[in-house]
Amino acid sequence: MKVRAQIGMVLNLDKCIGCHTCSITCKNVWTSREGVEYAWFNNVETKPGIGFPKEWENQQKWNGGWVRNKSGKLELKIGGKRRILANIFANPDLPEIDDYYEPFDFDYQHLHNVGDTKHQPVARPRSLISGQRMEKIEWGPNWEEILGTEFAKRKVDQNFNEVVQKDIYGQFEKTFMMYLPRLCEHCLNPACVAACPSGAIYKREEDGIVLIDQDKCRGWRMCVSACPYKKIYYNWKTGKSEKCTFCFPRIEAGQPTVCSETCVGRIRYLGVLLYDADKIEVAANTPNEKDLYQAQLDIFLDPNDPVVIAAARAEGISDNWIKAAQRSPVYMMAMEWKVALPLHPEYRTLPMVWYVPPLSPIQSAVQAGHVGMNGEIPDLKSLRIPLRYLANMLTAGDEAPVVRALERMIAMRAFKRAQQVDGVEDAEVLKQVGLTPVQVEEMYRYMALANYEDRFVIPTSHRAYAENAYDLKSSCGFSFGNGCGDGNNGVNLFGTKAKGVRQVIPVEIKD
Amino acid sequence: MAHLNLFAFGIYPYIAIAIMVIGSWIRYDREQYTWKTSSSQLLESKQLRKGSIAFHIGILGIFLGHFFGLLMPKEIWYLFGITTQMKQIIAIVAGGIFGLICFYGLTVLIKRRLFNPRIRATSNPMDIAILFLLYAQLILGLLSITVSMGHLDGAEMLKLMAWAQNTVTFNSVAAAEAISGVHWIFKLHVFLGMTLFVVFPFSRLVHMLSVPVQYVRRQHQIVRQRFVR
Repeated sequence: MKVRAQIGMVLNLDKCIGCHTCSITCKNVWTSREGVEYAWFNNVETKPGIGFPKEWENQQKWNGGWVRNKSGKLELKIGGKRRILANIFANPDLPEIDDYYEPFDFDYQHLHNVGDTKHQPVARPRSLISGQRMEKIEWGPNWEEILGTEFAKRKVDQNFNEVVQKDIYGQFEKTFMMYLPRLCEHCLNPACVAACPSGAIYKREEDGIVLIDQDKCRGWRMCVSACPYKKIYYNWKTGKSEKCTFCFPRIEAGQPTVCSETCVGRIRYLGVLLYDADKIEVAANTPNEKDLYQAQLDIFLDPNDPVVIAAARAEGISDNWIKAAQRSPVYMMAMEWKVALPLHPEYRTLPMVWYVPPLSPIQSAVQAGHVGMNGEIPDLKSLRIPLRYLANMLTAGDEAPVVRALERMIAMRAFKRAQQVDGVEDAEVLKQVGLTPVQVEEMYRYMALANYEDRFVIPTSHRAYAENAYDLKSSCGFSFGNGCGDGNNGVNLFGTKAKGVRQVIPVEIKD
Repeated sequence: MAHLNLFAFGIYPYIAIAIMVIGSWIRYDREQYTWKTSSSQLLESKQLRKGSIAFHIGILGIFLGHFFGLLMPKEIWYLFGITTQMKQIIAIVAGGIFGLICFYGLTVLIKRRLFNPRIRATSNPMDIAILFLLYAQLILGLLSITVSMGHLDGAEMLKLMAWAQNTVTFNSVAAAEAISGVHWIFKLHVFLGMTLFVVFPFSRLVHMLSVPVQYVRRQHQIVRQRFVR
């Protein structure tokens, strides 16, 4: 047993209101720079839809993630190491900028300078790459917001595979939607790390955060293809790949990531998971895709088990991390209540950002007698979001774990409603889903109330002890390039254009 | 004229190589953030696939041909039973084939860089300059084939080999003397070749030094410690 710690995240999709605050705050902090305007380390997609970049879930098209090859060995879907090197001159699996969208800005200044005109002036879009006028914006980071675009285009969503009669969901009365906020999964078996020819991407031992060493990255672009979630972005300006950093400077200081901190729906949870690193390879190589969810659960270690605690200490994991693991909301939701599920476990990367599936309108239909009951709980087949759709997204197509998670959430509501409105303890409903009243009270506290200190249980890294603070005096914080430099100096010996130069050509004013 | 010849072919090569080595060293040490392939595939993929693959295959073939053709002593060639005449024919045929592949690729790449608005806008002057330098050098190399066809005895090639081998063994005077009589196209080709060494550390060419050969033997996963305990 080789105990390692990972900071994991859970997103409670049942409470996501799709406000995009996470995306915007993330962008303001991390990607408001030239070269990564198009990159969203965190984005929120409306499902069903093809997502961002286009059809990222279609691995027949993009070849992301891992596959078991014929001899039963785990291999990157883009190919073995030799094939990756053979494709180094031109990567055949690389999305183009138009698969994301061409970044643009508007000629706002025109509104100020226009002078007297017959017609109301408009600010027209301009490409942030070429600086040229864009006559029509064809696609954007959130083009499908609230079911934008026609169903015919959205229905190629891979999660519709094997959903019966998917065409009926194009009808207005039958349609459904949900939000899916996405960020880097900080996988236990990251495909990006394995695909990087330079060895620039690595997983941190202390907290499991996956980072790209910006100095070592040479821009071979294989990570972009290998990541099945398409969460590595190639910076066209610097020629290096960039990705979600899990806000590591904040995590090190015991603070939640920016997306979690600013989530107005309070849907995000951060906590420590202890896992057995020796089991990763076997788990990722589980023959049947539908067993991958369980295989991933089996990697996690019980932080209250004395054997695990001793082994963790032997590995040098400090007591405050073990304590945090014991209070981890992520562990509770994923392991104890099993309401949180991984996103696309079939990619075999063992993702570490998990999702609580959303309930969909059903209760009022139950009360009106339109929907059948399954014991104390409404029949989940009548949920507006097809179970199979959620299962394709979260459990490689196995509906049972999704049903369990949804039933437990419904049971929690029924129990609390009976308790608080009718003043009775409805033990029957809990029995059906295998929960105890104590567990439900905890679930209620974490999932319904969701207090800040319950959502975010992040141990500090004790950086002050590990580093000599005196050496850091008047040094730079987060920077690119050589020390405080950004690699672009005035002399321009090795560098590129000066930073922050927006290639916007001023509009000529014609009367 | 003899002084100019000595400078261009006896001294300039050492200056060029010194700039390349020291310049690359400084850049790797001080500005590694700028050390990259500078790929523009994200912005345009189709033409890049056509151009880049052909260009790289061509130029790698040409590089290996020059390396062994110039630096391997003629006695070793004789050991394999390859006479100077035969070697020249091999050089003309192989160099011609790889040269044409490279020429096709480079033409596509130059066209793409100049006329694709996204690529043009995101290119820095060195990106364009390096393409034209390589283009000029390649065209000179291909033109030199026509000169070689004029005298198939291999004597001209022996002079160039003598220049290269004297240069790497630090006989700069002998090197300059050996090359003094060759056709001006060869001279220009050699001079421009040395100039490529000069611009090497200031351009994207540095990515040559980062060919990820170690990847083949590496473990898939990499774990690093934030704070070394």
